[in-house]
Amino acid sequence: MSEATAAAAPSGGPRLTQLLPVDAIRIGESAADWRAAVRLAGDALVASGATTPAYTDEMVATVEQLGPYIVIAPGIALAHSRPSPAVLRAGISLVTLLEPVAFGHRENDPVRLVIGLAAVDEEGHVTALSTLAELLSDEARREGLIGAAGAAEVARMVRSFDESQAVDPASVNTTVESTGETS
Amino acid sequence: MKILAVCGMGLGTSLILRMNAEKALKQLGIEADVEVSDMGSARALAATADLILTSQELAEQLGPVKPRVVTISNFIDLNEMVTKLKAAFA
Repeated sequence: MSEATAAAAPSGGPRLTQLLPVDAIRIGESAADWRAAVRLAGDALVASGATTPAYTDEMVATVEQLGPYIVIAPGIALAHSRPSPAVLRAGISLVTLLEPVAFGHRENDPVRLVIGLAAVDEEGHVTALSTLAELLSDEARREGLIGAAGAAEVARMVRSFDESQAVDPASVNTTVESTGETS
Repeated sequence: MKILAVCGMGLGTSLILRMNAEKALKQLGIEADVEVSDMGSARALAATADLILTSQELAEQLGPVKPRVVTISNFIDLNEMVTKLKAAFA
Protein backbone atom coordinates (compact mmCIF):
# COMPACT_ATOMS: atom_id res chain seq x y z
CA MET A 1 0.00 0.00 0.00
CA SER A 2 2.73 2.48 0.84
CA GLU A 3 4.16 2.11 -2.63
CA ALA A 4 0.80 2.92 -4.21
CA THR A 5 0.29 5.82 -1.81
CA ALA A 6 3.62 7.37 -2.65
CA ALA A 7 3.22 6.89 -6.38
CA ALA A 8 -0.30 8.25 -6.67
CA ALA A 9 -0.53 11.39 -4.58
CA PRO A 10 1.91 12.02 -1.74
CA SER A 11 -0.45 13.84 0.60
CA GLY A 12 -3.87 12.64 -0.49
CA GLY A 13 -3.30 8.90 -0.79
CA PRO A 14 -4.28 6.46 -3.54
CA ARG A 15 -6.65 7.30 -6.35
CA LEU A 16 -10.32 6.26 -6.31
CA THR A 17 -9.85 3.21 -8.57
CA GLN A 18 -7.22 1.90 -6.16
CA LEU A 19 -9.45 2.20 -3.10
CA LEU A 20 -12.69 1.14 -4.82
CA PRO A 21 -11.97 -2.13 -6.64
CA VAL A 22 -14.70 -4.12 -8.39
CA ASP A 23 -14.82 -6.53 -5.40
CA ALA A 24 -16.12 -3.64 -3.28
CA ILE A 25 -19.05 -2.81 -5.59
CA ARG A 26 -22.50 -4.37 -5.04
CA ILE A 27 -25.31 -3.51 -7.43
CA GLY A 28 -29.07 -3.98 -7.00
CA GLU A 29 -28.95 -5.21 -3.41
CA SER A 30 -31.89 -5.45 -1.03
CA ALA A 31 -31.84 -4.18 2.55
CA ALA A 32 -34.70 -4.36 5.05
CA ASP A 33 -33.57 -1.30 6.99
CA TRP A 34 -30.65 1.14 7.40
CA ARG A 35 -28.65 -1.29 9.50
CA ALA A 36 -28.84 -3.92 6.76
CA ALA A 37 -27.86 -1.29 4.19
CA VAL A 38 -24.81 -0.25 6.23
CA ARG A 39 -23.92 -3.93 6.68
CA LEU A 40 -23.94 -4.44 2.90
CA ALA A 41 -21.38 -1.63 2.56
CA GLY A 42 -19.37 -3.23 5.37
CA ASP A 43 -19.52 -6.68 3.77
CA ALA A 44 -18.20 -5.17 0.53
CA LEU A 45 -15.25 -3.63 2.42
CA VAL A 46 -14.54 -7.04 3.94
CA ALA A 47 -14.78 -8.71 0.51
CA SER A 48 -12.20 -6.31 -0.93
CA GLY A 49 -9.80 -6.99 1.94
CA ALA A 50 -9.98 -3.50 3.47
CA THR A 51 -11.58 -4.43 6.79
CA THR A 52 -12.56 -7.25 9.09
CA PRO A 53 -16.27 -7.80 9.94
CA ALA A 54 -15.76 -5.95 13.23
CA TYR A 55 -15.54 -2.69 11.29
CA THR A 56 -19.05 -3.27 9.95
CA ASP A 57 -20.32 -3.33 13.55
CA GLU A 58 -18.39 -0.11 14.21
CA MET A 59 -20.06 1.62 11.24
CA VAL A 60 -23.51 0.62 12.55
CA ALA A 61 -22.57 1.79 16.05
CA THR A 62 -21.48 5.18 14.66
CA VAL A 63 -24.94 5.84 13.25
CA GLU A 64 -26.52 4.65 16.51
CA GLN A 65 -24.39 7.13 18.46
CA LEU A 66 -24.33 10.16 16.18
CA GLY A 67 -27.54 9.80 14.17
CA PRO A 68 -28.26 9.71 10.44
CA TYR A 69 -26.05 12.68 9.54
CA ILE A 70 -24.14 10.26 7.28
CA VAL A 71 -26.87 10.75 4.68
CA ILE A 72 -24.80 13.48 3.06
CA ALA A 73 -27.00 14.19 0.04
CA PRO A 74 -30.44 13.15 -1.22
CA GLY A 75 -30.33 9.36 -1.56
CA ILE A 76 -26.66 8.98 -0.60
CA ALA A 77 -25.25 7.66 2.70
CA LEU A 78 -21.54 7.71 3.60
CA ALA A 79 -21.16 4.91 6.14
CA HIS A 80 -17.93 5.00 8.11
CA SER A 81 -16.35 4.84 11.53
CA ARG A 82 -12.92 5.85 12.77
CA PRO A 83 -9.56 4.13 12.17
CA SER A 84 -9.35 0.95 14.27
CA PRO A 85 -7.65 -2.46 14.37
CA ALA A 86 -10.56 -3.69 12.20
CA VAL A 87 -9.33 -1.51 9.33
CA LEU A 88 -6.59 -3.39 7.46
CA ARG A 89 -6.06 -0.68 4.83
CA ALA A 90 -7.90 2.36 3.47
CA GLY A 91 -10.85 1.31 1.33
CA ILE A 92 -14.13 2.45 -0.19
CA SER A 93 -17.18 0.35 -1.11
CA LEU A 94 -20.28 1.20 -3.13
CA VAL A 95 -23.71 -0.43 -2.81
CA THR A 96 -26.84 0.41 -4.78
CA LEU A 97 -30.22 -0.60 -3.38
CA LEU A 98 -33.12 -1.86 -5.47
CA GLU A 99 -35.61 -0.42 -3.00
CA PRO A 100 -34.68 2.85 -1.25
CA VAL A 101 -34.22 2.59 2.53
CA ALA A 102 -35.04 5.21 5.19
CA PHE A 103 -32.18 6.22 7.50
CA GLY A 104 -34.24 8.69 9.52
CA HIS A 105 -32.72 11.77 7.89
CA ARG A 106 -35.09 14.75 7.77
CA GLU A 107 -34.16 15.94 4.27
CA ASN A 108 -32.10 13.37 2.40
CA ASP A 109 -34.08 10.14 2.90
CA PRO A 110 -34.59 7.61 1.37
CA VAL A 111 -31.18 6.19 0.51
CA ARG A 112 -30.44 4.42 -2.77
CA LEU A 113 -26.66 4.52 -2.68
CA VAL A 114 -24.48 3.54 0.29
CA ILE A 115 -20.78 4.36 0.26
CA GLY A 116 -18.62 2.54 2.81
CA LEU A 117 -15.40 4.20 3.93
CA ALA A 118 -12.57 2.66 5.92
CA ALA A 119 -9.71 4.96 6.91
CA VAL A 120 -6.36 4.25 8.55
CA ASP A 121 -5.62 7.92 9.24
CA GLU A 122 -7.09 11.34 8.52
CA GLU A 123 -5.62 11.95 5.09
CA GLY A 124 -4.86 8.69 3.24
CA HIS A 125 -8.29 8.59 1.59
CA VAL A 126 -8.62 12.29 0.70
CA THR A 127 -7.84 12.02 -3.02
CA ALA A 128 -10.14 9.05 -3.56
CA LEU A 129 -13.00 10.48 -1.49
CA SER A 130 -12.74 13.85 -3.24
CA THR A 131 -12.93 12.17 -6.64
CA LEU A 132 -15.96 10.16 -5.52
CA ALA A 133 -17.72 13.28 -4.19
CA GLU A 134 -16.96 15.03 -7.47
CA LEU A 135 -18.41 12.11 -9.42
CA LEU A 136 -21.56 11.96 -7.28
CA SER A 137 -22.15 15.71 -7.52
CA ASP A 138 -22.67 15.32 -11.26
CA GLU A 139 -26.33 14.35 -11.60
CA ALA A 140 -26.00 12.44 -14.87
CA ARG A 141 -23.08 10.39 -13.54
CA ARG A 142 -24.84 9.78 -10.22
CA GLU A 143 -27.96 8.48 -11.95
CA GLY A 144 -25.76 6.39 -14.22
CA LEU A 145 -24.15 4.73 -11.20
CA ILE A 146 -27.46 4.10 -9.45
CA GLY A 147 -29.00 2.66 -12.62
CA ALA A 148 -25.99 0.52 -13.55
CA ALA A 149 -26.64 -3.13 -14.38
CA GLY A 150 -23.59 -4.57 -12.66
CA ALA A 151 -20.42 -4.04 -10.68
CA ALA A 152 -18.19 -4.21 -13.76
CA GLU A 153 -20.14 -1.36 -15.38
CA VAL A 154 -19.78 0.80 -12.24
CA ALA A 155 -16.06 -0.01 -12.04
CA ARG A 156 -15.68 1.15 -15.65
CA MET A 157 -17.53 4.42 -14.91
CA VAL A 158 -15.38 5.02 -11.85
CA ARG A 159 -12.16 4.32 -13.76
CA SER A 160 -13.12 6.59 -16.63
CA PHE A 161 -14.03 9.45 -14.26
CA ASP A 162 -10.90 8.90 -12.17
CA GLU A 163 -8.75 9.16 -15.30
CA SER A 164 -10.49 12.37 -16.38
CA GLN A 165 -9.71 13.83 -12.94
CA ALA A 166 -6.07 12.82 -13.29
CA VAL A 167 -5.86 14.77 -16.53
CA ASP A 168 -7.40 17.84 -14.93
CA PRO A 169 -6.36 17.66 -11.28
CA ALA A 170 -7.32 21.24 -10.37
CA SER A 171 -10.11 20.28 -8.00
CA VAL A 172 -8.08 17.54 -6.32
CA ASN A 173 -5.08 19.81 -5.87
CA THR A 174 -7.00 22.53 -4.09
CA THR A 175 -8.10 19.92 -1.58
CA VAL A 176 -4.67 18.45 -1.05
CA GLU A 177 -2.81 21.74 -0.71
CA SER A 178 -4.61 22.85 2.40
CA THR A 179 -4.84 19.62 4.32
CA GLY A 180 -5.41 21.41 7.59
CA GLU A 181 -2.07 20.84 9.30
CA THR A 182 -1.86 24.53 10.14
CA SER A 183 -3.28 24.25 13.64
CA MET B 1 -10.48 33.65 8.27
CA LYS B 2 -10.81 30.12 9.62
CA ILE B 3 -13.67 27.78 8.82
CA LEU B 4 -14.18 24.56 10.75
CA ALA B 5 -15.94 21.67 8.97
CA VAL B 6 -17.37 19.38 11.65
CA CYS B 7 -18.61 15.79 11.38
CA GLY B 8 -18.88 12.84 13.72
CA MET B 9 -15.44 11.37 13.06
CA GLY B 10 -13.63 14.26 11.38
CA LEU B 11 -12.49 12.19 8.42
CA GLY B 12 -15.38 11.36 6.09
CA THR B 13 -18.28 13.72 5.86
CA SER B 14 -16.21 16.71 6.98
CA LEU B 15 -13.66 16.08 4.21
CA ILE B 16 -16.44 16.31 1.66
CA LEU B 17 -17.66 19.49 3.36
CA ARG B 18 -14.15 20.94 3.20
CA MET B 19 -13.76 20.05 -0.47
CA ASN B 20 -17.05 21.72 -1.38
CA ALA B 21 -16.39 24.72 0.85
CA GLU B 22 -13.00 25.30 -0.80
CA LYS B 23 -14.60 25.22 -4.24
CA ALA B 24 -17.30 27.65 -3.10
CA LEU B 25 -14.80 30.04 -1.47
CA LYS B 26 -12.74 30.08 -4.64
CA GLN B 27 -15.85 30.91 -6.66
CA LEU B 28 -16.77 33.69 -4.21
CA GLY B 29 -13.21 35.02 -4.08
CA ILE B 30 -13.03 34.64 -0.29
CA GLU B 31 -9.71 33.78 1.37
CA ALA B 32 -10.15 31.25 4.18
CA ASP B 33 -8.57 28.14 5.65
CA VAL B 34 -10.91 25.21 6.02
CA GLU B 35 -10.04 22.68 8.70
CA VAL B 36 -11.86 19.48 9.64
CA SER B 37 -12.80 18.34 13.11
CA ASP B 38 -14.71 15.56 14.83
CA MET B 39 -17.51 16.30 17.27
CA GLY B 40 -15.26 15.65 20.26
CA SER B 41 -12.73 18.36 19.38
CA ALA B 42 -15.14 20.80 17.75
CA ARG B 43 -16.09 22.76 20.87
CA ALA B 44 -12.44 23.50 21.71
CA LEU B 45 -11.47 24.30 18.11
CA ALA B 46 -14.54 26.52 17.71
CA ALA B 47 -12.92 29.11 19.99
CA THR B 48 -10.50 30.13 17.23
CA ALA B 49 -12.79 29.61 14.23
CA ASP B 50 -14.78 32.31 12.43
CA LEU B 51 -17.40 29.97 11.03
CA ILE B 52 -18.55 26.40 11.54
CA LEU B 53 -19.92 24.21 8.77
CA THR B 54 -21.86 21.09 9.70
CA SER B 55 -25.18 19.28 9.31
CA GLN B 56 -28.38 20.33 11.06
CA GLU B 57 -28.32 17.21 13.28
CA LEU B 58 -24.74 17.70 14.38
CA ALA B 59 -25.28 21.43 14.95
CA GLU B 60 -27.99 20.51 17.45
CA GLN B 61 -25.65 18.06 19.21
CA LEU B 62 -22.87 20.64 19.23
CA GLY B 63 -25.01 23.17 21.08
CA PRO B 64 -24.12 26.87 21.44
CA VAL B 65 -20.66 27.88 20.19
CA LYS B 66 -19.01 31.26 19.67
CA PRO B 67 -18.71 31.34 15.86
CA ARG B 68 -21.62 31.44 13.49
CA VAL B 69 -22.85 27.96 12.52
CA VAL B 70 -23.91 27.31 8.93
CA THR B 71 -25.75 24.03 8.37
CA ILE B 72 -25.60 22.18 5.08
CA SER B 73 -28.22 19.67 3.86
CA ASN B 74 -26.60 18.43 0.67
CA PHE B 75 -22.86 18.11 1.19
CA ILE B 76 -22.07 17.63 -2.50
CA ASP B 77 -24.23 20.48 -3.82
CA LEU B 78 -21.93 23.37 -4.72
CA ASN B 79 -24.88 25.74 -5.23
CA GLU B 80 -26.14 25.28 -1.67
CA MET B 81 -22.63 25.85 -0.29
CA VAL B 82 -22.08 28.98 -2.40
CA THR B 83 -25.48 30.42 -1.46
CA LYS B 84 -25.03 29.80 2.27
CA LEU B 85 -21.42 31.01 2.46
CA LYS B 86 -22.31 34.09 0.43
CA ALA B 87 -25.11 34.89 2.90
CA ALA B 88 -22.82 34.22 5.88
CA PHE B 89 -20.12 36.57 4.59
CA ALA B 90 -22.49 39.26 3.31
